[in-house]
Amino acid sequence: MVLLSIESSALVASVALVDEDKVIAEYTVNFKKTHSQTLMPMVDEICKMCEMDLKTLSGVAISRGPGSFTGLRIGSSSAKGIAYALNIPIVEVPTLEAMAYNLWGSEKLIVPIMDARRDQVYAGAYSFDSDGLPSSVLSERAVSIDELIMDLKKIGRAAIFLGDGVPRFRNAIDEKLDLDHSYAPQNNSAQRAASVGSLGILYLKRGISVSAFSHKPVYLRKSQAERMREDA
Amino acid sequence: MSVYLLGIESSCDETAASVVRDGKHILSNVISSQIDIHALYGGVVPEIASRNHIERISEVVDSSLKEAGLTLGDIDAVAVTFGPGLVGPLLVGVSYAKALSFGTGKPLIGVNHIEGHISANYLLDPSPEPPFVCLVVSGGHTHLVNVHKFGQYEVLGMSMDDAAGEAFDKVARALGLGYPGGPKIDKEARLGDPEKYEFPRAHVDKNELDFSFSGLKSSVLNYLNSLKMRDEEVRVADVAASFQKAVVDVLVSHSMSALDESGIKRFALAGGVASNSCLRVGMEKACAERGIEFFVPPPILCTDNGAMIAAAGYRSFIQGKVSSLDLNAVPNLRLEAM
Repeated sequence: MVLLSIESSALVASVALVDEDKVIAEYTVNFKKTHSQTLMPMVDEICKMCEMDLKTLSGVAISRGPGSFTGLRIGSSSAKGIAYALNIPIVEVPTLEAMAYNLWGSEKLIVPIMDARRDQVYAGAYSFDSDGLPSSVLSERAVSIDELIMDLKKIGRAAIFLGDGVPRFRNAIDEKLDLDHSYAPQNNSAQRAASVGSLGILYLKRGISVSAFSHKPVYLRKSQAERMREDA
Repeated sequence: MSVYLLGIESSCDETAASVVRDGKHILSNVISSQIDIHALYGGVVPEIASRNHIERISEVVDSSLKEAGLTLGDIDAVAVTFGPGLVGPLLVGVSYAKALSFGTGKPLIGVNHIEGHISANYLLDPSPEPPFVCLVVSGGHTHLVNVHKFGQYEVLGMSMDDAAGEAFDKVARALGLGYPGGPKIDKEARLGDPEKYEFPRAHVDKNELDFSFSGLKSSVLNYLNSLKMRDEEVRVADVAASFQKAVVDVLVSHSMSALDESGIKRFALAGGVASNSCLRVGMEKACAERGIEFFVPPPILCTDNGAMIAAAGYRSFIQGKVSSLDLNAVPNLRLEAM
């Protein structure tokens, strides 16, 4: 069972080939080039590097959001096209869950935070259940850092933060969160396709997947035009 | 051996895919329009358009193959619009097409949307052979083009401000006709008197083949405002007919000047506004008077569609012009840069 996994929810572009036992290949770039230019050449590159027979792929795992609307759509369109062409399913992996999976096994609460602009973060809080899967203690949401800190205080557990929201909100967290907390080092802090794929394998083994037709990203936010129309 | 092209188009608010054989024969032409959704906002909302494209693209492509009686494996190349257009919507089609190309190992061909509109004429029988002059008019574009040969274009004139279709949309909104403005004004104008009001025919000094529609639009809006101030009734049909005539007059006169100057004897219309009945009739008449051969695609090939992208893609394909997997969406792509 080999999954091609794609992660393009934020600035990081990351693709991987993962099976039940190992990460066969992972290619991650955290650079300013657009996903539209980098993602498919990266997919092509790792598949060639690993002499991957595309017909043997079991599915495409996609980091399904939340995140940058455009980034998510580039990833999702790519996943849909590949899955349709190869007639294989798509495994939708929640982006924040996959990020939490970077720090698998921790006893502490794992809190991925993504910079969501407009002074908000996309965030959740996770621990690991007996199966080793991340389970959400705080479900994924778009909130201000202050709201997130209040929620974490209610939970009252030691926490590890990760994600591209850390550089921006680290000072605020240190100032306002009086619980034991720390920050993941850079090798575990960003979105990684290997985490998306590893989690994807677990989902696929449990029969959790969707068709190339029905997959769409989870934005957690409506478009500005819709919000304005509803407010009017 | 026949060559089958899959054409994908998502540059604005239509998700479309089509299979075309040998650049000429349409085997399917599936168009999923979002007009009803955007009508709520009075125009296309890029983020909403992008979200709808991604929800529809797989089914649209699948339907186009099924209607053609083919599978993806039968397709020789995947053509996709990569600009000009709205970047979010473009990225959905471009990313999807690249993924299909990767998954099937079939070549990818990036197509310029304007070149696609022009190429809708190659789907006609008979079709115009270059050189010909083509007027591409749509909600986003007003281009008067000398088509020297496929892939070689000289833009003779373009709009300096609003595209013709944009002016239709704005005037239709002011008249309370709703979105999209082109078909609504066209319909309303049939009941009106095109000579009732004399709206300005704007010309651009620098290049007499360029267009400007913002002055005309403002003139109509100002007139409507003045009626409102005086609490007088708006004769909607007459305003629509007179406005439409002002647009068509300019489009026809510039096109005829381009033909006169170039000495070319073939003329083609293209783009969404080419569905306008007054424009079709006016242009055909003007061409007939000059002995110019006139071409215009049926409305289904004037609106954004995948067949025109496949038609253009086919011609690039046989010229050996293929794209690589780093193909990006280029929202302001120019025709002459092809």
